[in-house]
Parts: sequence; C-alpha cells; structure tokens
Amino acid sequence: MAKEKKTLNLNFGPQHPAAHGVLRLILQLDGEVVEKADPHIGLLHRGTEKLIENKTYTQAVPYFDRLDYVAPMNQEHAFALAIEKILKIEVPARAKYIRVIFCEIGRILSHILNVTTQAMDVGALTPTLWGFEEREKLMGFYERVSGSRLHANYFRAGGVHKDLPTGLDNDIDEFCDKFPKIIDDLETLLTDNRIFKQRNVDIGIVSKQDALDYSFSGVMLRGSGVAWDLRRSQPYDCYNDLQFKIPVGKNGDCYDRYLCRIEEMRESVKIIKQCLQNLPNGPIKTNDGKISPPPKKEIKESMEALIHHFKLFTEGYRVEKDEIYMAVEAPKGEFGVYLISDGSSKPYKCKIRAPGFTHLQAMDYLIKGHMLADVPAVLGSMDIVFGEVDR
Amino acid sequence: MKNLEDLEKFINSELTSKINNSFIKHDNIYLNIDHDELIDVISFLKTNKETKFRQLIEITAVDYPENEYRFKMLYLLLSHEYNKRVIIDYSIKENDIISSITSLFPSANWMEREVFDMYGLNFKNHPDLRRILTDYGFEGYPLRKDFPLTGHNEVRYSEEEKKVIYEPVKLEQNYRNFDYESPWEGTKYIKEIKKSDG
Repeated sequence: MAKEKKTLNLNFGPQHPAAHGVLRLILQLDGEVVEKADPHIGLLHRGTEKLIENKTYTQAVPYFDRLDYVAPMNQEHAFALAIEKILKIEVPARAKYIRVIFCEIGRILSHILNVTTQAMDVGALTPTLWGFEEREKLMGFYERVSGSRLHANYFRAGGVHKDLPTGLDNDIDEFCDKFPKIIDDLETLLTDNRIFKQRNVDIGIVSKQDALDYSFSGVMLRGSGVAWDLRRSQPYDCYNDLQFKIPVGKNGDCYDRYLCRIEEMRESVKIIKQCLQNLPNGPIKTNDGKISPPPKKEIKESMEALIHHFKLFTEGYRVEKDEIYMAVEAPKGEFGVYLISDGSSKPYKCKIRAPGFTHLQAMDYLIKGHMLADVPAVLGSMDIVFGEVDR
Repeated sequence: MKNLEDLEKFINSELTSKINNSFIKHDNIYLNIDHDELIDVISFLKTNKETKFRQLIEITAVDYPENEYRFKMLYLLLSHEYNKRVIIDYSIKENDIISSITSLFPSANWMEREVFDMYGLNFKNHPDLRRILTDYGFEGYPLRKDFPLTGHNEVRYSEEEKKVIYEPVKLEQNYRNFDYESPWEGTKYIKEIKKSDG
C-alpha cells in the first residue's frame, strides 16, 4: 500500500516576533520542509495613497515617515525630489548636504535594526542590545533637528524645514568617529560566528536572473552580485560629489546580504563625514515665497510675506499638471514615487513604490524546499517593514 | 544606445505601428500604446539587445472618472545595463479585461493584484487574482475617485458580543474639505458661471 502523503498547513503570524510586524504567512509543510508559502499582507494598510490625494503637498509629507518607519527621511526625500523636479526648483547646496547626511543616518538606523534583529531571529540576543544603543543616539540627532525621534517631517520641496541647531554637526561627527568601532564589535559577534553562519550561509539563495525578474532592488539585488545603486547610477542631490563604494555580494544568500549591510553602514559613515567636512554655508531652503514659507520675522514686517504665509498654510502651493517617477535608494531598495499633479494644490495621484512589497512577494520562491526554521532567517534578511509593504 | 533620443527613435522604428505616441520628459521615455499591443511591446523591450528593460518596477492605474476610457494603466520598466527608464501607458474602459504580464515578469503578480484590489480591474491569465491589501471580504475599490475617503465600514471590538464587529462608518464630524482657492479668481461655482457665459 502506498503511503499517503499529508501536508500540514501552518499559520505563521499575524502576531509573531520574527515576522517583523503583522504578516500572516500560510505555510504548507511536508514534515519540516516548506512546500509553499502564501503571505497575506495588508493588516497594516492605512490607505496612505488615498489620504495623500486629499491633502496638500505639505500635508502629505508626514505620511511618508509612516511607511518605512525605521528610515523615515529617505522616503520624504523621494517625494520632495519629485515635486522639485516638476516645479524646477533649485535647491540650495547646504540643504542638499543636510538631506544627504540625514538620509545616510536613516540608512544606518535601518541597517542596524535589520542586522541585529536578523541575528536575534536566529538566536543571538546581544547584537540587538548593542545596536539599539547606537540607534538611540541617531534618533537623538533626528529629534534635535526635527523635533521628533521617528516621524521627522523634516524635508520640504525646495530644501529642509530648519537649519541644523548649534553643535549638532560636531556631535554627528563625533558619532561617526566612534561608530566604526561599534560595527567592528558587532562583527566579532556575528561575522565568524559558527551558529550565525550555519543559519545564514546558503539559505535563501537568489540568482542574478531571478533577482531581476522578481524586481529586487537595494541589498537584495546587490547581494546577488548586481552592482546597482541609484545613488551612483542616477545620482540625486549631492551624491555626485561624494566618494563611496558599493558593496556587492557574491552568492546571493542571507549571509551575503548581511555582509553587504555591514559594509554599507561603513560607507554611510564615510559619506556623512564627507558631507560634514564640505558642508557649505547659506540658506537651507529655496527663497521662492510661493513655495517655502517666509521667516517669522518677515511676516511681522512685510505684507507680502504675510500673504504668502497665509496662502501656503491654507491652500498650499500649486503644482502644475505633470507626471513624474522619482526614485531614491532607500535602505531597503528602490523607493519610488509616481506623482501625477493636476495644477491644484493636491496631488491627483501619488503611487508609492515600496521595495519591501516586491521582496516579500518572492517569499514563496525563496523559501520553497527550505526548513521551517529557515523562514525567520529568510524573512529577516529581506528586511521587511510592514509600514511600507502595506502602505 | 548612448542617449534617450536615440533610444526613443530606435524603439519607434522597431515597433512603428505599435506605438501611438512617445516623448521624453524628466529623463524618462513615455510610450503610449494600445492595450492589445501590451504583451508584444513589453516582451520586445525586455528581450531586445538594444533596450534590455529587464526589470519591472511598478504597475499601477489612474482613475479619470470623466473620461470614456476611464482608467489609465501604467507600466514602469528599468534597464540596468543602459541606465534608462521607460513608462508605458494605455487607456481602458471600466469593464475591459487586461492581459496579465505575469508570464514575462513573475513580480507582476502582486502588482496586478494590487491594481485589481484598488481599482477593480480584471486581468486574464493571472495565476492568482485575489485581493491583497484590503480586509478579507472587503467591498468596493478604494482608490477609485468615487470611493469616499472615510470608507463604508468601521471595525471595533464589541464587549457584548466578545468579538470584533463591522458597522457603517459614523463620524462625529465629517472630513472637511475647504475651498481655499484664491478669492481673486472667484470660487468654483462663479468660475463655472463665468465659463458658461463665455
């Protein structure tokens, strides 16, 4: 008599510490081997795109913080760049440098979180504790510049909201001196760690061709050996003036992606250092009164400034009819905004292209044939944050 | 292919009748095609040695309720080799059935599911067309312009029934959409009167 094959359906999540949020993953198991994975997403869907259609351009910025909430400013960046390109705004040099500094801080924030929680998913607790101490410092910088630790709402079309407070540049510089040592410490815990390697090497391998077919971007693409980084290939703001390397993986497994992230953090530190050294003086946002609000002092003296201020915070600025796709290299991959403006002060449509969405889609392909215990490792190395997947 | 103009010319000369209109804006090539040509155009752009648009970045739709062809479909492709982007669009009616491109790009699967979920557009030859972002048993298509911002149902935990229940949305105060347009230009209804008087 032939033995009957029985598969087991297992619900992974929606509340599971290794799911990095609210993911319901329906796994079909044959013993301990995963045969099929069906991710159910949308449990954190807040209708961001619909909300943005009903807000002015200025009011839409905070929604971008709430997408990938571990690297908020990187996303504001894409939106700001899209508007600037339509309106053909010239951004002052100082604003560009400040924006790049905070985007790289965002990258470090995101990579620390990902590397250390991935380690936790496979059984190492200490990296998380060490890493979060550093994240705390970085969020301190966020708070000093924008007033909040997470949801910054700091970038504007035409520059940034406020200049750096006194002393912040020195403190960031000091952090950059100390941080490489912390990365070294993290590496002593993980890079040659036998358990960490057993859990990650040769797990979730992505070939070059599949990485392209599945629309991977960011570390997921570079881990498979495709040297592609939007900061280099389609540079925005001041990335053109900066020297940095793009780490590329070889095998496309979870371990290579971990190594890429570690190296990217080192590069980010270098970028921030360069920006601080070359930080120009001058204005931090465009002086076009139709787009950026006037300084408080002027409002009390100039009638025109008062009118501008009033119009900007009631109607908002108008953006001429146009369609544009603008993408930035967010920590997780290519984060893009497809913006359709219709000449009014609200976007007609704002499609958000989140890297995590396409990465998670490949879950079935990545996990097929692996053991159940590899699910957290693969999920961890994809760097999923549900704020951006569900939007 | 060195620059965008050459690439645009090349695509036009190869696909002659399949391209209705093409132009370059914001460093991207925009192509307008007919819906029937979708598979041909995309597979050409993906496989041709001179174009190599081998990555699908995004699929999305736009709703223009006042148009006869109500929805505009958008496909964004990226070529790593030549560092170029192309944006393909075509218009369709509400009940038209779109050909799925999942056979060309596996990643189109979820993107098309999202369009189906948000705009209610149907795809043929799609392996698994289910809703993706909205709730189980959700009705309506949220990103259509005629879908209200507040939605139709709200959920809460009911202490009496000891479970989460769905109720029609009841708001103490409705979403307020003020008309901030410049009084010098006149409010909307005055503008309409002016326009009709000609």
